[in-house]
Formats: sequence, structure tokens, C-alpha cells
Amino acid sequence: MASKQKNMTPQQQKYQQLQQKHELKRPVLKNCIKAFWVGGLICAVGQAISYFYIYFFHFTEQNVGNPTVATMVFLSMLLTGFGVYDRLGQFAGAGSAVPVTGFGNAVISAAIEHRTEGFVLGVGGNMFKLAGSVILFGVFSAFVVALIKTLLGMWGVL
Amino acid sequence: MLAMFFWAFVVGGLICVIGQLLFDVAKLTPGHTLSLLVVAGAILDGFGLYEPLVNFAGAGATIPITSFGNSLVHGALQDAEKHGLIGVLTGMFQVTSSGISAAIIFGFIGALIFKPKG
Repeated sequence: MASKQKNMTPQQQKYQQLQQKHELKRPVLKNCIKAFWVGGLICAVGQAISYFYIYFFHFTEQNVGNPTVATMVFLSMLLTGFGVYDRLGQFAGAGSAVPVTGFGNAVISAAIEHRTEGFVLGVGGNMFKLAGSVILFGVFSAFVVALIKTLLGMWGVL
Repeated sequence: MLAMFFWAFVVGGLICVIGQLLFDVAKLTPGHTLSLLVVAGAILDGFGLYEPLVNFAGAGATIPITSFGNSLVHGALQDAEKHGLIGVLTGMFQVTSSGISAAIIFGFIGALIFKPKG
């Protein structure tokens, strides 16, 4: 690549730079728009499920997140099982990966994928292959944050 | 109520855009991105910034993976208030138990029902 660039005239190099700039820029914006509305839509569905739990099962606004997340993971199981979620993921990128359904999808698709290796070593051993890092870093950072806050509270700083 | 749907859509969408930018611009893998977002959620809750967002946007803040870090910290702090330092360990999963248990239970059921494709 480097030698090729040297052989080009300044004009060609300029054109190359221009082309590169446009090539990189377009998909990012497009991907962001896709991620925005798919992710937003998933959250709006979550909001509808939240209201369902608030009105019929007497949850409050504060603790409704818990059953909502469980329901979203259940929906994610169905969508993953029928192969819909993977196609959605290809289209929406982070829009389907960042919501908790993406976490569910990572666990469930790993579980389904490895069932041919048996339920103990295959499904059991590989279930958290992709999602494990989220749990690890979530738990560890939460531990550090909570520890610091508790210690500061004990010493009377906060 | 409609305003709540609107803000859930906007805030949830924006968090996904942050994830997409980490994918495309920072060139991180999905695993790195999600880990980073979870850590960000935990730190935001440490400063007390995530709770106002949940009150404002509802599911727009509770559905993205950032809320996982937030609720881990929340549970740990709730128990730490009651039992002191050991509460950080005992309370960790109190608030967010359903996400993990649902993922395990439905993951296994999914593996029982569905066959791998391709």
C-alpha cells in the first residue's frame, strides 16, 4: 500500500484521501441511525412491559426494571431460537446488542449452539462464553464502586 | 404516559448510538463495548447520576446493559447500609437477580427446545 501511494501523483493522493474520508464517514452515520431507532424501539417495548407490570402486578416505578428485564430476556429467547435476532443484529448493530435482549441473545445463542456437545460440557460450560465478560466486569466494577462509597461513608467523607 | 414512551425511545436509542460509536469509531469488539458500558453504568451510579436517568426515561435507562452495572451497585449499597462492609458482597445481586436468572433459565430452556442452525 505504502509504495503504491508514493507512485501516485499529488492529485491522485488527494482523491484517495477524499475517497477514504467519505468511505469511512457514511456507514458510521447510517449505522448510528439504525442503532438509534432499533435500540429506541426495544426500549419502548420495554416501557410497555413496565406499564403492564405496574398496572397488573403492582410493581412500583423503582423496582419494575427487574421483571421487565426478565420478560425481555424471555422474548429474546424466542427471537434467538427462531433465528430472528441474529438477522436483527446484522441490521442494527449496537441497537440490538446494547439492550438487555442482546445480553440474553449472547447467553441463549451460545447455549443453543453448543448443545451438540452435550448438556453438561456443551451447554453448561459455554453458556457464558460471550456474556461472561459483561458479568465479570459488571460485578467487579460494582464491587469497587460500592466498596469506595461504603468506606467513604464510614469515614464520614460522604 | 406517552411522554414516557418518547423519552424511553430517545434515551435508549442514544445509549445504543454510544455503543455503535464504540463499535465503529473506537473499533472495539462487541464484548469490549458491552463490558465498557456496564462499567460506565456502575461508575455513573457511584456518583448518583443513573437513578435520575431511570426516573426520567424509565425503560430507556433500565433496558440498556448499563443498567446492569447500575443495579449491581444499587444492591451492594442497599445491603452495605444495613450490614456494613460485608453487605457489599451479600447485596450485589439483590436488585438484578432476575436478569441473570432469566438468562440462565431461558438459555437452558432454549437449548432444550431449539436446534442450532447452519
